[in-house]
Amino acid sequence: MTTVINLPPSLDARQFELVYAQLADVPEDARVLLDARHTRWASPFGLTALLTIPQSREAPSGLYVPDADDTSSYWARAGFFRQAEGLFEMHGHVPRPRTSGDSDVLLEITPVTRSDDVHDVVSRIQERSQAILSKELNLDVRATMGFAMTLSEACQNIVEHAGRGGWVAVQTYTWKQRLGRRVVVIAVCDAGIGFRRSLESGNSARARSDRWDDGMALEEAVIRGVTRFRDPGRGQGLAGIRRYIGRWDGKLSVRSGTARISIVPSWDDDFPLEEGLPNFPGAQMQITIPERLGK
Amino acid sequence: MITHIDLGAMLRRTVCELYSDLVTRPTGAAVRTGIEQQLGELAGRTLTVIDFSRVGLLDFSCADEIVAKLLVRCRENETPRDAYFLLSGIRDVHIEPIEAVLERRALSIVARPAAGMPDLLGVADEAERAIWAALDRLERANVPEIALESGIAPALVAQGLDRLCGRRVIMRETDAFLALGAMART
Repeated sequence: MTTVINLPPSLDARQFELVYAQLADVPEDARVLLDARHTRWASPFGLTALLTIPQSREAPSGLYVPDADDTSSYWARAGFFRQAEGLFEMHGHVPRPRTSGDSDVLLEITPVTRSDDVHDVVSRIQERSQAILSKELNLDVRATMGFAMTLSEACQNIVEHAGRGGWVAVQTYTWKQRLGRRVVVIAVCDAGIGFRRSLESGNSARARSDRWDDGMALEEAVIRGVTRFRDPGRGQGLAGIRRYIGRWDGKLSVRSGTARISIVPSWDDDFPLEEGLPNFPGAQMQITIPERLGK
Repeated sequence: MITHIDLGAMLRRTVCELYSDLVTRPTGAAVRTGIEQQLGELAGRTLTVIDFSRVGLLDFSCADEIVAKLLVRCRENETPRDAYFLLSGIRDVHIEPIEAVLERRALSIVARPAAGMPDLLGVADEAERAIWAALDRLERANVPEIALESGIAPALVAQGLDRLCGRRVIMRETDAFLALGAMART
C-alpha cells in the first residue's frame, strides 16, 4: 500500500512541517508518494528537504512532479530533478533541464558528501554570487566574502557530523509578504544522525539525562557552540554563521529531530525555539540574508 | 633564521592543484602538516613568515586548523624549536576568521596586512597592545625605551613584555626585545 503525501502549494520551511506531520504517521517501510501536482512555489529549503525524504525511508518513495509548467521548469533549473531522479520513482512530466544558468539560482542543488564538495561549492558560489549580491542585495564585498565563508561552514556540518551526504542550494528571490525586499537564502539539508545523536556520540552521559532532547541539543550546538569533539577549537563554524547573520541582519533556522531553533531578526516573528514537532532525521538549516536598505 | 612559506603554493602542493581557497578542516590539517614537515628539520630560534597573498577565502575551520593549531602545538612544545610565526599578505577577509580562532584559544599572532602596518591579532589587553606597538615602532628596544615610547610605567612594561614573550609575538634577547615585524623586514 502506498500513502499519498500531499505537498502544500507553497513549499517553504514553515509549510514543510505539514509534510513532516503527514510522514510521521507512515511507517518507514511503507511506500509513500509525494504529490507535488498542486505545488506552485518552493524555496531552496523545500527542494533540498524534499530530497532527504527518500534517504530517510526504507521503502522506495515516489514523486508526482508539479502540474504547472513554470513551477516544474523552475525545479529543473534549480537542479532538483537531476538529484531527484536517482532517489524517487518519478511520475508526471519531468522537464528537460536547461543548460543556461538562472540568475536567481546562485547555486543549483548540489550534493555534499566530502570535503572536496565544499571546495567545489565555495568556488562556484564566489564566481556567481558577487555581482548579484552587490547589485541586487546591496551587500558590500565583505558581505559577499563572508557569505561564501558561511556557506562553507554550513556545508561542513554535513561532512563532519551528519554521517551521510546531504544537499545545499542557494537562491535569491523577493520575499514580498514578510519583508518586501529581496533575500538570498542558503538551504543545507541532510537525513543523517541529527544534532542530538551527534552530541551524544561525544558524551554518552547526555543520552542518560532526563532533560536531554532535540531542543536542548540544538541550543547547545547553535547557541553555545558545543560539538561532539573535545577539541576546544571545534564549534566555530556555527559561531561564525551566527556572527555573520547578526552583522547583516539575517536569520538562521536549524531543524533537527523534533525541534527547530532560530536566531530571529527584527523583521521576522518566528519562534526562537519550537519543540514537539514531528520527528524527522538529520538536520535542515536555512540562512536568510535580506537586501540592505539605504546604501 | 627566517623561513618563508607561500600558503597558496602549500595548499596546491598538499591538497589540490586547482584550489585557492582555504576551506574545510581536512584541508587545513593537510596544509598545517605540510608546514610542520617543512619546518621539521629546522632547529634553534626560527621566525616563519606565512604568506597569505595567494590565498582566496579562509573559513573558520581552516583558520583553526592552520593558524591556531600551529601555535598550540608550538606552545605545547610538540616541536623542539624556539619557533615564532608572522602572517603576511593577509586581507580583511582573512582577519575575521583568524581573530575568531585565536580568541577562542586565547592565542595571539603578529600579522602584516597586504597594505598597512603590522598588527597584533588575537588576545591582548590595551596595555599589551600599546607595548607591542611601541616595540614595533622601535624595532629593537629595552624596557626604559619602550616605557618612554609607550608612556607606560617601566614596571608595567616589563610585565607586559613577559606576557608578550610568552605568547611569542615578540622576541627576547639578552639586553633587549625584538619586534617580529622588524625581523621579517630585514
